[in-house]
Amino acid sequence: MTPSTAPLITARGLEKAYGRTDALRGASLTLGAGEILAVTGASGSGKSTLLHCLAGIVTPDSGSVRYDGKQVENLSEAQRTELRRTDFGILFQFGQLIPELSAMDNVALPLLLAGVRRAAAHQQAADWLGKFGVYGQARLRPGEMSGGQAQRVSLARALVTGPKVVFADEPTGALDTLTGEQVMTTLVQSARESGCAVVLITHDAQVAAYADREVVLRDGVVKADEPWAAEHFSRAEVRGND
Amino acid sequence: MSTRHVLLGLLTAGPSHGYDLKRRHDERFPQARPLAYGQVYTTLQRLVRDGLAEVEGTDADGGPERTHYRSTDKGSVELAHWLGEIAPPAPFVTNDIFAKVVVAILAEAAGEPADPAAYLRAQRTAHMARMRELTALKTAPGADLATVLSADYALSHLDADLRWMTTTAGRLAALTEEIRNV
Ligand SMILES: Nc1ncnc2c1ncn2[C@@H]1O[C@H](COP(=O)(O)OP(=O)(O)OP(=O)(O)O)[C@@H](O)[C@H]1O
Ligand SMILES: [Mg+2]
Repeated sequence: MTPSTAPLITARGLEKAYGRTDALRGASLTLGAGEILAVTGASGSGKSTLLHCLAGIVTPDSGSVRYDGKQVENLSEAQRTELRRTDFGILFQFGQLIPELSAMDNVALPLLLAGVRRAAAHQQAADWLGKFGVYGQARLRPGEMSGGQAQRVSLARALVTGPKVVFADEPTGALDTLTGEQVMTTLVQSARESGCAVVLITHDAQVAAYADREVVLRDGVVKADEPWAAEHFSRAEVRGND
Repeated sequence: MSTRHVLLGLLTAGPSHGYDLKRRHDERFPQARPLAYGQVYTTLQRLVRDGLAEVEGTDADGGPERTHYRSTDKGSVELAHWLGEIAPPAPFVTNDIFAKVVVAILAEAAGEPADPAAYLRAQRTAHMARMRELTALKTAPGADLATVLSADYALSHLDADLRWMTTTAGRLAALTEEIRNV
């Protein structure tokens, strides 16, 4: 699915420094509606930082992120929290499940926060746990699950609300090849069915191959992989750090 | 690849004639180069000559006459032997990508117009495009096991190329430096 009309997310010239470390140095990219985009690059190249900027979790030092007609950096903290809740599903690289809650309650939580009734929330949570092959772990707390099981529960939580964009930071990092394949097939199928876009960070080329397109981050800058994308990005990159 | 042994293997499913064997081959090895009919025919004749297969009979079925072949006991023994024999783990590296990168590094260090880094990036793009095709093929609804297995095999090898290419891209500066200092 090649994006045709207006992009869903347009990021321009993102810069972010942590102390003296430049995590992003003018990163730009475009995400089409319904597009599945793989972001790859060496460890420390800025992938997670980019994802956090796109999802409005981290505010870049400069540059802009436009999502669905809104300048994300101009939104208040409360508005950004609301945006993440309604439109985004986020799978963090190092998980963010609530340790005291069971898998089921972790996945149901975003629905409860959105006002879904308890029984319905649990039913939907159960469906998603099943799709990712961890229904059997529904009653376990994160500390009682294997790394790969917790990862799949986190992915179920990211998808349960039917978001417009899923940000998945290494969704298969803790999985063997076959389980990773099942998870990716489910993720891609669900995204295609609901028309949701996916930003997929991965070190694994076989996982990146599920995406429509790949961009490579190098030292905090996005290198585009395809001609149409190069057109989109070239002006921003030539302008560099403005 | 040993076409003899592959044909012997396909004959275990029952006696068959040349065209049918070619079709079975192309079904079981969907990402392989399709077998030429002439190659099937000459291989079958050699199998017969060596006593590994024999002619079962012919039929015409309204069309041209077709010879049916079946495997012999000697053929079964030979097949079992081949299946149990390990393949030598790639003793030599013979690959275009590898050769191009090495020569590009040498040429660049000598001041020739070569750009190994740009080549590696372009090759990655081509590899990724092929990997997307294979992934789509194997995840398509109703993909049969032969397609899945052969796509997996191709994907793993392309992935191995990519890993090497990424590592090499990371080493380029050091490699060029080393060559210049010799
Ligand atoms: N909260 C933080 N505080 C300080 N430095 C940070 C922080 N987050 C990221 N960094 C630094 O920013 C750079 C980019 O980090 P980032 O996590 O984006 O990389 P990455 O591409 O996701 O790497 P990996 O593949 O290892 O997950 C690194 O040098 C990292 O040390
Ligand atoms: Mg990261």
